Amino acid sequence: MAGTRKKLIRGDTRNLLYGLLFISPWIIGFSVFLVYPVLSNFHLGMTQYSGFGAPEWIGFQNYVTLFKDPLFWTSLYNTFYYVILAVPLGVVVAIGLAIAMNQKVREVRWYRVILYLPSVAPVFALSMMMIWLLNPRFGLFNYILSWAHIPAINWLGDPHWSKLAIVLVAQFGAGHVGLIFLAALRAIPPNLYDAASLDGASQWRKFRHITLPLLTPTILYDIIIGLGLGLQVFAPAYIMTQGGPLNSTMFTALYIYKNAFEYNQVGVAAAVSGILFIINATLAIVIFWSSKYWVNYHLE
Amino acid sequence: MEAFIRPLSTRFLFEARQQLASRLFLIVTCLFYLSPMYWMVVTALKSDTELAKFPPTLWPQELVWKNFDQATKTFPFLPYLGNTIFYAAITVIGSVLSNFIIAYGFSRIKWPGRDLLFYPVIASIFIFVQFPVNPITMVPMFSFFAGLGLVNSFLPLVLPPFFGNPFFIFLLRQFMLQIPTSLSEAARLDGANEFQIMGRIILPLTRPALVVVALLAGVNAWNDFLGPLIYLQNDKLYTLSLGLTFFRTMHRIEFNLMMAASCLVVLPVIVVFLCFQRFFLEGVTLGSGK
Repeated sequence: MAGTRKKLIRGDTRNLLYGLLFISPWIIGFSVFLVYPVLSNFHLGMTQYSGFGAPEWIGFQNYVTLFKDPLFWTSLYNTFYYVILAVPLGVVVAIGLAIAMNQKVREVRWYRVILYLPSVAPVFALSMMMIWLLNPRFGLFNYILSWAHIPAINWLGDPHWSKLAIVLVAQFGAGHVGLIFLAALRAIPPNLYDAASLDGASQWRKFRHITLPLLTPTILYDIIIGLGLGLQVFAPAYIMTQGGPLNSTMFTALYIYKNAFEYNQVGVAAAVSGILFIINATLAIVIFWSSKYWVNYHLE
Repeated sequence: MEAFIRPLSTRFLFEARQQLASRLFLIVTCLFYLSPMYWMVVTALKSDTELAKFPPTLWPQELVWKNFDQATKTFPFLPYLGNTIFYAAITVIGSVLSNFIIAYGFSRIKWPGRDLLFYPVIASIFIFVQFPVNPITMVPMFSFFAGLGLVNSFLPLVLPPFFGNPFFIFLLRQFMLQIPTSLSEAARLDGANEFQIMGRIILPLTRPALVVVALLAGVNAWNDFLGPLIYLQNDKLYTLSLGLTFFRTMHRIEFNLMMAASCLVVLPVIVVFLCFQRFFLEGVTLGSGK
């Protein structure tokens, strides 16, 4: 009896040691590549540091400078503008794609491949394509709009349209989340729809009262991932507009990049990164917390 | 007889109409989603004079293949291709190796605290979203690697994949949890140690999920822009993503050359995607099996 217990305890410790051994690369990676930089942002954020020599401690000076810098506020405004536009639109587009990919036609698999395709293409290359596609004089988009007698839009040169252009780029990558929504759609038991049909429910009512509630877990996932991607949007703005025109696409990530790597204001950049982390984490937690009011886990 | 046929034929008609509507909807959506790439290919094949035409021609009047030749001479295409392949290959090796082992520890061995420690993995997916380089961590990480004298080398880019990626850990863990524990237990009774179980039993069974990880990791590295932008400042080390920006900064952008170069950069990803589309399409849902 005592022998078995001893053996059991030894088995537990053995398992613990093996478990920790196997996950140790993650423990190192998590500490060095995620926890350390997050903490370091707050430390570096309190120093004057050009990237050369030693950082010099200046307390909250960077934060004071930041709060007085209109460009910092512009960058936050732009980022929130982008997130508020891109995240809900992204959910709608992804659900639309999922419905498209769920149509009962024989060759549907090929449509899925095509709709997913742009999401594996590099964002930087997609951004290059968009520069030309959205060219005010020779671009395909304005040409197509001209068929409907819509006057030429200077997408990337007009501050009213520039953020929309970048929101548009993100929509080309929606096929990925669309596929996740598709899996959720297909997990809905068909008998739910049959029952609703017998009751004479319209297509819209079926979507509103059966499909949508059962998609809420995926919507939650998409919102949180979209939030992170939106708050950290960088490459399209860097490539297409460099933050312009009139700083209308100066997003926070670009502001961090420029401070750190172009103006040698590493301390300021770290302070902004810290703020961005707090915003991102807080919003993610709030959305998770809110999910108990609107996410339906009935199927799970 | 007639009464039987009529409802059947109206049903067929109804279904045919439904299918036609579905197809129309799908084709319009697909055309929109293909438009950037279509326009890229068409533009890449246009001559300078045709490029300046309005309204734009939807198909080149004359196919100018030498644009591709010229595009690859505008920037050091082959060296950058080599750099990109190197970056992607090492990332694939690191990702498959590390995430397999980590996910094994998170799913195939029962130890106290295991599921608690998995929370930070999930949390980091939702907060950082992009790995390993993202705007939140890039400033301190750059200082860190600069302090080690590793800027202008591939190490800051290819080292992190060897230490796990939360997305892949999650995906592989979900997959491994579906493998019956009895398999491991039987092997344990036969005297196999943990490494043998991992290598001989779990590894072969996890192969499809590992292919997904390899593909996604490779594509991610190929598509990475921010990482090379901050760490590779010596233009001998540039990846294709940085090479393309040459066209952006030219005094007068030659769009046909820029699109020809973009074609060459995107093509390998498209080819890999089309060859392995089953893995890509099914891989998305691998991790969502709860």
